[in-house]
Amino acid sequence: MSIPKIIKLVNGEKGNLIRITSLNLDGVMRRRLLDLGFVAGAIVEVIRKSPLGDPIAFRVSQTTIALRKEESSRIEGVLMTDGE
Amino acid sequence: MGNSYRVALAGNPNTGKSTLFNALTGLRQHTGNWAGKTVSLAQGNVLYKDKTFNLIDLPGTYSLFSNSNDEEVARNYIVFEKPDVTVVVLDATSLERNFNLALQVLEMTKNVIICINLIDVAEKQGININERILTNRLGVPVIKISARNKKGFPMLLDTIDRIVTGAIECVPVQTTYPDDIEEQIKNIEPKVSELIGNRLSARWVSLRLLDGDEKLLNEISKRFGQKEGSE
Amino acid sequence: MSIQQLYSEAQQLSTAKLRDDIVQRLYERSHRLCREGIKYTESRRDTRTEKLDAIFTSPIFGFPIMLTMLGVLFYLTIAGANIPSSMLAEFFGSLEIYLSAFFTFIQAPDWVHGVLVLGLYRGTTWVISVMLPPMAIFFPTFALLENYGYLPRVAFNMDRLFKRVGAHGKQSLTMAMGFGCNAAAVISTRIIESPRERMLAILTNNFVPCNGRWGTLIVLASLFMAANFTGGLKSLVTTGVIVGIVMFGIIVTFFVSWVLSKTALKGVPTHYTLELPPYRKPKIFDTVVRSSLTKSWSVLMRAVKVAAPAAILTWVFANIFIGDTSILMYAVEFLDPFGKLLGLDGYIMMAFILGLPANEIVLPILLMGYLSTGSLTEVDSLVDLKQIFLDHGWTWLTALNMMLFSLLHYPCGTTLLNIYKETKSKKWTFLAFLIPTVIAILVPLIITQTVRFFGWL
Ligand SMILES: Nc1nc2c(ncn2[C@@H]2O[C@H](COP(=O)(O)OP(=O)(O)OP(=O)(O)O)[C@@H](O)[C@H]2O)c(=O)[nH]1
Ligand SMILES: [Mg+2]
Repeated sequence: MSIPKIIKLVNGEKGNLIRITSLNLDGVMRRRLLDLGFVAGAIVEVIRKSPLGDPIAFRVSQTTIALRKEESSRIEGVLMTDGE
Repeated sequence: MGNSYRVALAGNPNTGKSTLFNALTGLRQHTGNWAGKTVSLAQGNVLYKDKTFNLIDLPGTYSLFSNSNDEEVARNYIVFEKPDVTVVVLDATSLERNFNLALQVLEMTKNVIICINLIDVAEKQGININERILTNRLGVPVIKISARNKKGFPMLLDTIDRIVTGAIECVPVQTTYPDDIEEQIKNIEPKVSELIGNRLSARWVSLRLLDGDEKLLNEISKRFGQKEGSE
Repeated sequence: MSIQQLYSEAQQLSTAKLRDDIVQRLYERSHRLCREGIKYTESRRDTRTEKLDAIFTSPIFGFPIMLTMLGVLFYLTIAGANIPSSMLAEFFGSLEIYLSAFFTFIQAPDWVHGVLVLGLYRGTTWVISVMLPPMAIFFPTFALLENYGYLPRVAFNMDRLFKRVGAHGKQSLTMAMGFGCNAAAVISTRIIESPRERMLAILTNNFVPCNGRWGTLIVLASLFMAANFTGGLKSLVTTGVIVGIVMFGIIVTFFVSWVLSKTALKGVPTHYTLELPPYRKPKIFDTVVRSSLTKSWSVLMRAVKVAAPAAILTWVFANIFIGDTSILMYAVEFLDPFGKLLGLDGYIMMAFILGLPANEIVLPILLMGYLSTGSLTEVDSLVDLKQIFLDHGWTWLTALNMMLFSLLHYPCGTTLLNIYKETKSKKWTFLAFLIPTVIAILVPLIITQTVRFFGWL
């Protein structure tokens, strides 16, 4: 298979599954995201965009969490192809 | 007096703590299907057998590492007020996230009941929860309830009762961390227990010192500060 | 060794990714627990929530639906409260005749009858008949919506707008709480993690009209704005006006937040995470009973507790004369020039000042003020009510200005107290008083002067 494609959460399309590799945030926000399940290795699904484009809702650890693009652009992961 | 026990309802936001509180105490805390409906403590009594359980409805919190003021209210209560029993209310439909908090509570205190709520919804979605296995893995009672439909309450109350009378002993199974972290814990845990005695779990405080929870640190100095000098 | 020393020692041992490792390990364990202890038999997806979200947060329908929900909520409240309100007023009115007869029968002195019946009884029963019906409809309807899970979707849709003005998306949640009671909403701002954005939410919450102000808004809108309509259409027009007023409040909220985040509360928006829970069918009976009975009752009791002394005080002021002018009239005459500038009058200004403890009592105090000077008509219907206003020179402009002043003016006493408790700062509490007051003065002033300048009235 081809090399894994790394994308930022903010660039995910509806329905994409992304396996988190890194969080480029510090401090309180990092902690909060970790607590919500945005940990390395977790699989995140892009659910939908808000009517005005931002924030975006993600499915993570069995819950739906909306993030603004400031945060979701700092979370990276491997885009998983269908059927994987 | 001697027959009154404090039972705290903790858990992630929006897991039905206030609904359970209302159903048990007959009081009317406001509920809402959004994270953050309850932001301060509420208390109410439940009479069970010859005892009074003083229930405390806490704001929801994602973790014991508090980020906002309402979460801090909950965290401080669980950590410092030391309820006789801490009931962690979990949402059956998102257990993965909910266990994160439950495991943290188990690190901190012993008398814990894992109360899996919204079991009605879970059943509809085909989620089958085997509470025996979970009890076994966690070392504390795991109970399934539906706060909305008032199901599973007798079992819950009976378990609280048996914990406070000592008929059940909870032996929480601790989470073990990667070796380097365990090493660091071993390093400072003795010093921590020397300092705080058995007022808090030394392992848990050590972990928080390591991961740098300054808010907690300030709270500890504030609460235990005066006594420090005399020791 | 002190805890501080231990902390620095621990921090030296610790590494940057330690926290990550800890949480990751917790999640691994949680994952394992789920794998071992839970079987997912059917499809795991909650398709109902997904379908509903596709509608409620749709780029096309999301905003129209929000506006419609708001409109429907108010329409139900206004249309539904109409008849019970007038029935209550009639009932209390007819009871007053018997009460007065009783006082005459026991030959009570005039002032006793004045204080107890014309003051206390009238003041409190007006509060009850104007407030209770809308509350008893609004609270349960709102609670159902809230327990169903619609509020987080509003926060999801609106977040971008809040971000634009430097505020937090969860402010939509605390604003929604404000419709019930601003004092409670101020406490609910605890869910906003960052202090700066939380302060914005506290300072602007007042621009959402709480239920204590709807009485005033609804009565004035239906008397003056929807006067030429009847039946269902009348309620519809009234609803339109109220929705307009609420929208104006939201615009002011955005504007003030924007100005503050450029000045006193500079900074960039931080820490935003919002959970969107699945829609859940609320336990209808429990929710309705809880919110209508308990909540309406407690809010009403609070209002009555304030209304009782205020009503007595107003009556006393209106009936103690210094020379040939009552204390009340001195105050009214003193405030009148200023009130007139804003298109209001001295009575209205005084009612708002005496209404500081609770917004519910503003309208009753105003009516008592008017009645204590004019011919003492019996008010037992809204038509009479309008006549009282007209007798005191009201026009649609007076009504509009009073509605705007009510929407924008300083928070009630309880809210201010809570703001002080939450911020622990006299300065911010004072600003929470000052900012709305200045705006409440400016807006009617500008409107009135414009209308007069162009001679529209
Ligand atoms: N179907 C179902 N719904 C429930 C059950 N328990 C609670 N709910 C619903 O879950 C939502 C949240 O309930 P709350 O009691 O307000 O939750 P909470 O844990 O107090 O939430 P916070 O105060 O925000 O932490 C409400 O809409 C309840 O109606 C249950 O057993 N079954
Ligand atoms: Mg609650």
